[in-house]
Amino acid sequence: MNYWKEFIKGVWERNPILIIGLGMCPTLAVSTSISNALWMALAATFVLVFSNIIISIIKGLVPPHLRIPIFISVIATFVTMVDLSLNAYQPEVYKALGIFIPLIVVNCIILGRAEDFASKNGVVTSALDGMGMGIGFGLTLTVLAFFREFLGANKLLGLTVIPGFEPSSAMIIAPGAFFTLGLMLWAMNSYNSRRKG
Amino acid sequence: MEVKVFFMILLGTILVNNYVLSQILGLCPFLGVSRKLDSAVGMGLAVIFVMTLASFFTFLVYKYVLVTYNITFMSTITFILIIAALVQFVEMVIEKISPVLYNSLGIFLPLITTNCAVLGVAVLNLKSGFITAEMGLMKAVVQGFGAGVGFTLALIIMAGIRERLELAPISKNLQGLPITFMTAGLMALAFLGFSGMKF
Repeated sequence: MNYWKEFIKGVWERNPILIIGLGMCPTLAVSTSISNALWMALAATFVLVFSNIIISIIKGLVPPHLRIPIFISVIATFVTMVDLSLNAYQPEVYKALGIFIPLIVVNCIILGRAEDFASKNGVVTSALDGMGMGIGFGLTLTVLAFFREFLGANKLLGLTVIPGFEPSSAMIIAPGAFFTLGLMLWAMNSYNSRRKG
Repeated sequence: MEVKVFFMILLGTILVNNYVLSQILGLCPFLGVSRKLDSAVGMGLAVIFVMTLASFFTFLVYKYVLVTYNITFMSTITFILIIAALVQFVEMVIEKISPVLYNSLGIFLPLITTNCAVLGVAVLNLKSGFITAEMGLMKAVVQGFGAGVGFTLALIIMAGIRERLELAPISKNLQGLPITFMTAGLMALAFLGFSGMKF
């Protein structure tokens, strides 16, 4: 039961984007279409799970004042693996995500979980925590991407939704990203305050 | 001729392809440090400094170490370690030379390591093909400097707006991050106007 709790907290209760407010850059930049969002979520979850596992294994060996460089090197190793495999097997996805693949290294969610959770907990709980956080990240990203792809390109997963509907291209570029996330956070605040009150 | 190229790179990174408002890089410090105008200025100066240096060093290391020994796949790890070391080094140097500057910039320097705009400028210097271009090093440094200035510009405008928003009557659920994102969206729309600029 405890394992389930560690897993599920990342999805809603401690959602990395909506509640903690970390990892904004990739969230906004790659949520232009649902397929981009899903690939990004997959890549980030992979890095999160494996860096959490490695860090929870080596946590006893790491001298405290050197931990940040060591954690970053571990994370960068997995990011390089993702970078090379996507380049080899999914060149189109690699092109669409562009510089945001190498930038997973500085995604605060991953370093934050390494520092906050994996360096204090066991291997299994750390892996579950990483997976939960990855899914929470991916879900938020997908919801954002749903609205942006629908309103900005009139498409979902590459298929046209309403024939003849004129999409607003501002939703695909930066302003749309800021507005959509702002509205989403507003909706979530309203929901939470209504539930409490 | 050359001067014009550098001028275009500079103006392009500051206004047209502003790192925060059009490429969506470096949002964490943009949201975190934009509450007060003074700290926004301090953070901005520190970022300009580190970005310029980071462009210089990552370029040299990539061209003369990674390419020479054919280990370009190590670029991500190398860049992040260079940036982390650079930030640490800059912090120590400033602390020794000017304690006054250190007191005003000090707390922002460690934050810069995880600023994705800094790693972003290193990676974008590669993608822009500066490695093989003539005068590539100068172009990379100009791009790094321009990116830092663009970041600072966005940060300072945002801090100015947020200081005023403190006094405005905003509904409770919209306070904090949501209204900040809305403001950033409007700023991004305004900066979109630069994208038609031609030289």
